Amino acid sequence: MEDVQYKMMLCDGVSCIHNQSKELQSAIESELDKSGIRDAVSIHLSGCLGMCNKGPILIVNPGYTIYGGVGSEDVPEIVQSHLVEGKPVARLVIEEDHLYNRFFRIFGDVDFFGKQMRITLRNCGVIDPENIDDYLSVRGYEALAKVLCDMTPEQVVAEVKKSGLRGRGGAGFPTGLKWGFTAAQKADEKYVICNADEGDPGAFMDRSAIEGDPHTVIEGIIIGGYAVGATKGIVYIRAEYPLAIKRLEKAIEDAREHGFLGKDILGTDFSFDVEIRLGAGAFVCGEETALIHSIEGARGMPRPRPPYPSVSGLFGKPTLINNVETWANIPVIILDGGEWLSSIGTETSKGTKVFALAGKVHNTGLVEVPMGTTLREIVYDIGGGIPNGKKFKAVQTGGPSGGCLPEEYLDTQIDYESLAKAGSIMGSGGMIVIDEESCMVSLARFFIEFTQDESCGKCTPCREGTKRMLEILTRIVEGKGKAGDIEKLERLGSMIKKSSLCGLGQSAPNPVLSTIKNFREEYEEHIEQKKCRAGQCVALLSYVVNDECVGCGACKRICPTGAIEGTRKEKHLILDEKCIRCGQCYDVCKFEAINKV
Amino acid sequence: MTQIVNEDKKNELYAFMDEVSQERRSNSYLIAVLHKVQQLYGYLPQEVMDQVAEKMEIPTSHIWGVATFYHYFNLKPIGKNIVSVCMGTACYVKGADKMLLTLKKELGIEIGETTEDKLFTLQEARCLGACGIAPVMMINGKIYGELDSKKTVDIINQYRKAAQTDIE
Amino acid sequence: MAEEITISINTKEYKVASDQTIMQAADKLGFHIPRLCYHPKLSIEGACRVCIVQVEGMQNYVASCSYPISDGMKIHTNTQDLRRARRDIIELILDNHPLDCHTCERDANCELQRLAASMGIHARHFEGEKKHYEKDLSSDAVIRDPDKCILCGRCVRMCSEIQQVHNLTQAYRGFSTVVMPAYNMPMGESVCTACGQCINVCPTAAFLEKNYTQDLFEKLNDPDTVKVVQFAPSVRAAIGEAFGLAPGRNMEGELVASFRKLGFDYVFDTQFAADLTIMEEASEFLERFQNNGKLPMITSCSSAWMKCMEQFYPDLIDNISTCKSPMSMQGAITKSYFAKKIGVDPKKILSVAVMCCTAKKYEASRPELIVDGMRGVDIVVTTREIAWMIKSAGIDFLNIEHEEADHPLGMSSGAGAIFGATGGVMEAAIRTAYELYTGQTLVDIEIEDIRGLQGVKEGRLEIDGQEIRVAVAHGLGNANNLLETVRKDPTRYHFIEIMGCPGGCVGGGGQPYAQVNAIPLDDVALKKRAEALYDLDRSKTIRRSHENPDIQKLYKEFLQRPLSAVSHKYLHTHYKAKMPVGIVPKTERGSGV
Repeated sequence: MEDVQYKMMLCDGVSCIHNQSKELQSAIESELDKSGIRDAVSIHLSGCLGMCNKGPILIVNPGYTIYGGVGSEDVPEIVQSHLVEGKPVARLVIEEDHLYNRFFRIFGDVDFFGKQMRITLRNCGVIDPENIDDYLSVRGYEALAKVLCDMTPEQVVAEVKKSGLRGRGGAGFPTGLKWGFTAAQKADEKYVICNADEGDPGAFMDRSAIEGDPHTVIEGIIIGGYAVGATKGIVYIRAEYPLAIKRLEKAIEDAREHGFLGKDILGTDFSFDVEIRLGAGAFVCGEETALIHSIEGARGMPRPRPPYPSVSGLFGKPTLINNVETWANIPVIILDGGEWLSSIGTETSKGTKVFALAGKVHNTGLVEVPMGTTLREIVYDIGGGIPNGKKFKAVQTGGPSGGCLPEEYLDTQIDYESLAKAGSIMGSGGMIVIDEESCMVSLARFFIEFTQDESCGKCTPCREGTKRMLEILTRIVEGKGKAGDIEKLERLGSMIKKSSLCGLGQSAPNPVLSTIKNFREEYEEHIEQKKCRAGQCVALLSYVVNDECVGCGACKRICPTGAIEGTRKEKHLILDEKCIRCGQCYDVCKFEAINKV
Repeated sequence: MTQIVNEDKKNELYAFMDEVSQERRSNSYLIAVLHKVQQLYGYLPQEVMDQVAEKMEIPTSHIWGVATFYHYFNLKPIGKNIVSVCMGTACYVKGADKMLLTLKKELGIEIGETTEDKLFTLQEARCLGACGIAPVMMINGKIYGELDSKKTVDIINQYRKAAQTDIE
Repeated sequence: MAEEITISINTKEYKVASDQTIMQAADKLGFHIPRLCYHPKLSIEGACRVCIVQVEGMQNYVASCSYPISDGMKIHTNTQDLRRARRDIIELILDNHPLDCHTCERDANCELQRLAASMGIHARHFEGEKKHYEKDLSSDAVIRDPDKCILCGRCVRMCSEIQQVHNLTQAYRGFSTVVMPAYNMPMGESVCTACGQCINVCPTAAFLEKNYTQDLFEKLNDPDTVKVVQFAPSVRAAIGEAFGLAPGRNMEGELVASFRKLGFDYVFDTQFAADLTIMEEASEFLERFQNNGKLPMITSCSSAWMKCMEQFYPDLIDNISTCKSPMSMQGAITKSYFAKKIGVDPKKILSVAVMCCTAKKYEASRPELIVDGMRGVDIVVTTREIAWMIKSAGIDFLNIEHEEADHPLGMSSGAGAIFGATGGVMEAAIRTAYELYTGQTLVDIEIEDIRGLQGVKEGRLEIDGQEIRVAVAHGLGNANNLLETVRKDPTRYHFIEIMGCPGGCVGGGGQPYAQVNAIPLDDVALKKRAEALYDLDRSKTIRRSHENPDIQKLYKEFLQRPLSAVSHKYLHTHYKAKMPVGIVPKTERGSGV
């Protein structure tokens, strides 16, 4: 048997699958067969590689050549030129024009713990997530071995404390402290939980981390179990993530088979196992007490704290809960030391943070940056700026719990305190870039609609208050806003923040309050002048035909309500009373002959 | 025939519940059991929830509370094709609301409803994790991205045609 | 032992025990923090957020009902910002609540209304869409009106934690959350036992008894019927509270006089039938005891318990005494013995029962209780309803001259009176069973072991050298716990008393609403009501049912002897397992359930 010479990693993230990555895979396989080099090449599926807009993504190792936008028709050329002749196909190689490409280079370094940009996602795209041997080849489960053989639980907790790691789920509570609290409890049973109930609209970091490297998360959980004295770990994951669930199941099975899970792990007297529990579509279950209730088989409603889960959590037992990204940091901290992690980042925020960059930006996808990176660097250097020559308006972080920061905050450093000071939050990692075509009032309305829909309904401020905020915002975007509405939103918002039972309610008003703070004039325009400068609020705009119209009739044909009149080759007319402002005419016109006013 | 199919489903469900009952704190597996019910029946039929209540010794009111709390669970039979429109932020910013309007109009139903011909059920999805190709929708697990109104209607028509061919 | 720590409330320092919540500490120091979802007998919900306070050093307000105090904690209960937040929270509740206070049954007796008044809400800022659901009128006893519901969750917790019936749940979520039975099943078809405890704890009018007062007023004006009323022991012990009196006043004389003023022709006392029940029940027990009958025998007086048993304990049907409840015995005797005595066609008798109970409305409609084609009781009204009728009719209840009930169904022994308190039936039964069996006088007739509010009480006594083990449970949750023991160990007890409501009938679902700042079902109030009945017992010269001369006369003239064929026809009943059989949950479960 010939040795494997090339290792191909094919992204099977959702976006790449959409871009025919499956078809690409079969094309490659048949081409390899044809060329007779099938045995010399191994093909792996990698999980999201993070460059979603350039998919499908194919990486050829060694050499770490990254191909983007590969079609089946390109396959013969890649096989012949690259795999047979050793010359990469230049026209398909993604140029190294953005920071994140460099990350992929770094992956190849044997010493990839050296420079560290990608910590959480260090193995995503490097290893085959369904192959435990691949994980083992990148020092997988070495941290676990180190912990079990050389460290006491107290030392593990101390190491995590030393790292300065803070919870990546959003609130940023110091992870080591949390571990210490749980470890200090005396109980016959303890639990550790991995919160993979990623629910922010526009965030998919946890999903990608699990799909791309499930073992890292599991290893982190086992270490956590050892450190706090738990015997059982639970991964609570959204049912909407079938691939991540599948990979996780496989990883757990393989880990069991290799003796990393189960009785007397690695020959020590430490026994620990992990099981998966599925969510069922409730954003609020990201809140730890709601999550616990959900695992217990109940409605996912939060309860007042204290007692905190570290004292009384799952089934009333001391429970340690961290999110996926936090867990993924643990093996690195153990292998390279807490001190090393704490050397990355800012004074108060250590290590890296993964963001799902999306919205009106050239490069969308996952980025992992050291704390302290500025928003500008992410939006422009990594994201490549705003497409279509539009103007940047704001960047939204923290999803429905976060805020919108305008231009003047672009040099804000990514860390918990700076973002909070600017009026947003770190959150779990959603980052949406907004250009001048987006209306800030309707964006705020969008988020409140989300939280209102996801409110569990238990506490009055969140259940009733977000409903009223939504009503006020709805009337504003519909042109029915009244004087005093902004003040009402502020009053309700600050009450809901201070009085709600759980984090969902306490942060629900943030998108509204931050847009009022930073874009108050847009609110005022909507209310006083009945005007939406972004042209997004349909009730506040009309479509009119200008003199550029050549009478091609495209708009008339597409109009769903027959609101456009005109004879061929003559200027057309939009009947305002019939127009439902769907904007299809505007989109279809090739002559920029339709104005939004 | 349907009788046998239903018997099979029931057996599979009971086998699953038997398995679960071996676990400690087996009540906590209620949501897993409801997932199983939905996987078998497409939704949560009342009589099956009663069976779960009896077998697991969980009050029906409790099961009802859970079933209605989580959006993932369907309380009514659903259509052949499930159309989920992603309403994540990225999709929203790129016009998902417009697309949703198009779909509502095209199918003549609101979110959570099923068309009269039982062909489509329209759902809103939280982020599908395909932000790079926003706006997206998912039909029966298949993602369609970079949508506009026309493309959306075309896709729906493909499913209609496929259903027509099936009948013929 | 809790240590003493220092906290400050509104800048003044206090030394308090450490193991308390902010609300508990504040209560003791005389600060009544407003509250809504909190109830001392139920688990902490923390949902309404009305009891929020400001703790220095904390960014957000905390719910004082759940937040523990700690040394040096500086608490503010009344800052301007806090008052405004609380006010806005109450306004938000009002904004989603019908504006029909003046036509609402709980007008002037509504916790929400009181809170709104105390917050000084004189304008609305946030009005918008209101929820709207149909009223559920399907049950004979309990009405559910989701529009009035403010989602405090007290009813759900009452139904699941105290009563363990698990009929109610919160369904759906967010703004669409509704309290309902499983599948939104009508209350009348659900496993609701009609105990009415949801009504007792509801701060508004989301749960109400089905109201028969207008119907009754109309029928009282019918000159062609003979209007007969009976009233339960616990009604007299609690109705004073509806007129502003402190709990624990026996209002028997006022009630009898008021009934006559309302237009009743005959006023009888359910305590008479309580004596009758004892005659039958004690005899039934002795018969089972002597002839190897099914034991333990379990009492059947409580209608909520009857429905609960048929749904959840069909396996225990043979253990249940076949005796009708006192109310139904009284009704049956009224329409037979009494009708004959006054020479009236029983169909011309309007038989009304004034009860501390909502489930009696359900019981009165049970087809099993029909004799000679007639219901024994035609209309059941609760203590609350009769209090309203008395006020509505303009009767000066508190100053009215006392009157006595009529013969032959109005005189009772002290044993009949204590039926209203948990353990009372058992105590009364023991007094009679002992003497019937041994022929000797029981000297110590006050049986302390089975008095009081402990959930499950046990007692033992010797009859002729044989040990009889008895148990008493009040509240369906306690009953559930007791019966699980019985299922496992069927020979542990000989005789069991079960009452559906906390404290027994004195805590019935039809009793007056709690007064301003009082807690519904407060233990102190329950004890005082019970004490009024024990006092009544002590004040009587006849304290044993079998010594009641009217009872003796009834047997002589009509029933012959306990358990006779006539007795069986009029005084005994049977039960049916109700499908679907309800679910008694497993005991070990998560904290979220």
